[in-house]
Amino acid sequence: MKSLLTNKWLKSFGITATLMVIICFMTGPSGSNTDPVAGFSGSLFNSAPFLGLFITRRWVVFLLFALIAFVVQQGWQAYGRQVKVRYAKVMATPRELKSKRPVRLGTYGALLLLALLLPHLVTDPFWQVAMVQQIAVYVLLALGLNVVVGFAGLLDLGFVAFYAIGAYATAWVVGSLPLPPLFGHALNNFWAIPIAILIAMAAGIILGTPTLRLRGDYLAIVTLGFGEIITLFANNLNGITGGPQGSRIIPHFHLSLGPLKYVWGNGPIPYYYLILGFLILFLVGFSFLEHSRVGRTWTAIREDEVAAESLGINPLKYKVMAFAIGAASAGFSGVMTASQQNFVFPTTFSLFFSINILVLVIFGGLGSIRGVVFGAIVVQTITMYLLHSPPSGYQPADLYMYIGAMLVGMMIFRPAGLLPATRRKREIVQLREEAQ
Amino acid sequence: MLKVENAIVRYGAIEALHAISFEVNQGEVVALLGANGAGKSTTLRMLSGLHSAWSGSVTFEGVDITNEKAHDMVSRGIGLVPEGRRIFPQMTVEENLEMGAFARSGSFHDEIEEQYAKFPILKERRKQLGANLSGGEQQMLAISRALMGKPRLLLLDEPSMGLAPMIIEQIFEIIGQIREAGTTVFVVEQNATQALQIADRGYVMENGKIVFSDSAKNLLVDPRVRAVYLGESA
Repeated sequence: MKSLLTNKWLKSFGITATLMVIICFMTGPSGSNTDPVAGFSGSLFNSAPFLGLFITRRWVVFLLFALIAFVVQQGWQAYGRQVKVRYAKVMATPRELKSKRPVRLGTYGALLLLALLLPHLVTDPFWQVAMVQQIAVYVLLALGLNVVVGFAGLLDLGFVAFYAIGAYATAWVVGSLPLPPLFGHALNNFWAIPIAILIAMAAGIILGTPTLRLRGDYLAIVTLGFGEIITLFANNLNGITGGPQGSRIIPHFHLSLGPLKYVWGNGPIPYYYLILGFLILFLVGFSFLEHSRVGRTWTAIREDEVAAESLGINPLKYKVMAFAIGAASAGFSGVMTASQQNFVFPTTFSLFFSINILVLVIFGGLGSIRGVVFGAIVVQTITMYLLHSPPSGYQPADLYMYIGAMLVGMMIFRPAGLLPATRRKREIVQLREEAQ
Repeated sequence: MLKVENAIVRYGAIEALHAISFEVNQGEVVALLGANGAGKSTTLRMLSGLHSAWSGSVTFEGVDITNEKAHDMVSRGIGLVPEGRRIFPQMTVEENLEMGAFARSGSFHDEIEEQYAKFPILKERRKQLGANLSGGEQQMLAISRALMGKPRLLLLDEPSMGLAPMIIEQIFEIIGQIREAGTTVFVVEQNATQALQIADRGYVMENGKIVFSDSAKNLLVDPRVRAVYLGESA
């Protein structure tokens, strides 16, 4: 029996068959969240779309998908054999790594140039808005959640709370809430940045200090509850947040330094550059943090809390720090969203939002800054593509089904994420070697 | 140096340690012996601050540390080698040693070299991950990681656990060397014979109580030690 389970061909077949079931599910006449089993009920001779390219009988679609799945699966297996070689690269001495620095800097430079030119390359107005609202802001959020989940290893399911706090803090500072503005009169949006970050951090510390003594699942439940509490507050405190109607109009970012006047306006492009600028600051800051003493301490706590404690590390202090830093970046994203969209609505801040950000982090690679940025861009682009030009047969309600299938595929083929963190990659390599 | 008086430790309603008292003097190696479930590990958890005493007192170098938190113990001068070694698996040997110096400020590269001189095998393996070391190497790493904090008192929890007899001998030899270098050692051990060979004195525990104590020499031949391990009443 055991030899049957470990047989390579049977294993490949099993994985391919699993993928086929997922495909069958997804190519159904109208499989959707409301009627998920509809995918199974159609006859094999019903018609179904193949990747939106053409419509044909379902059995042809199955066959084509199974073929693709099998080829991809075999390809990954062949790739897996090279893991040992890459392992040697991971363990390269610092000098060898240093010699690759010019290549690395060149790549980053090219990517930055691409990011700067992007608004001129993408001219479709839908995509220009999506780039700001759905991609840039989500990258920021994913980076923040990565500090909490990836670096410190704390599962936070209520990350949206800090985003909401940032957005409402902005509305408060610029005088768009029923609540009188913070300093008696409305301030420029730029003031909202430090104030929202401070309020979000304070919320992180207030939530974290009593709850971060909990571990694993318990922490996840508490943060989940916190996210819900903030949303309910936003929805029900009519006198403070404006209740379900949301805030009044929030002005755009505007600058007036003597003769220099600039309003960020309605178009998404000025906001794109504003967010890009701050995003680079966050990226640089977080990479320093990762390799700093604090980053190493987070790794120690994540790997073995008791051992860390026995070496003089106060785990609570460093966990709260991770929480506060993550909250700061979410708070900042809140400022950007509130200013760009001009409104704050409580319904934006749902549990689904927190889960969505978590998916971006896991997809890109827990603890890997490059991975999280890349993963967020990929997943959000796919989401937006499906929204903008859906292939025939796709229904908006199916979105999470596809994302779920993508995550399942990820867990099978790249369990550490798209661009895994070095330390996590080592971990996977080790598990594979042990399994062999 | 270390003095425990009438310490009671409870896990909820269950009293795990019933008013135990003992002391460790400067420069000694003291062994705490006993069978499974006698309360040895609980005693060490209490000493290292992972679990606080419900009543009684723990004094270290004249300072009351009964309610001190685990992470403050290192700066007090107490180092812990936890049960099961607890190496950071995804950190290299060198990174593990660096974490050992966490509580201290300033440069620690001389200390790392010092540890490498003491454990040449660690120098050979310095770029390897903790998880890839053998059990004996991990134990050596755990000990030298604790020594990076420059403790005056080193607490060891079951250093022989899960190791081959030859490696156990080597580990106890190292413990002897640590004492020579001026660090006081308190070791909790099931392997009584090995522990008593390097210890000066020993305490024997049974059912959450210290039942008797003597010099290591006498305990080695004491039939009561055997009785405790075999579950006969002493």
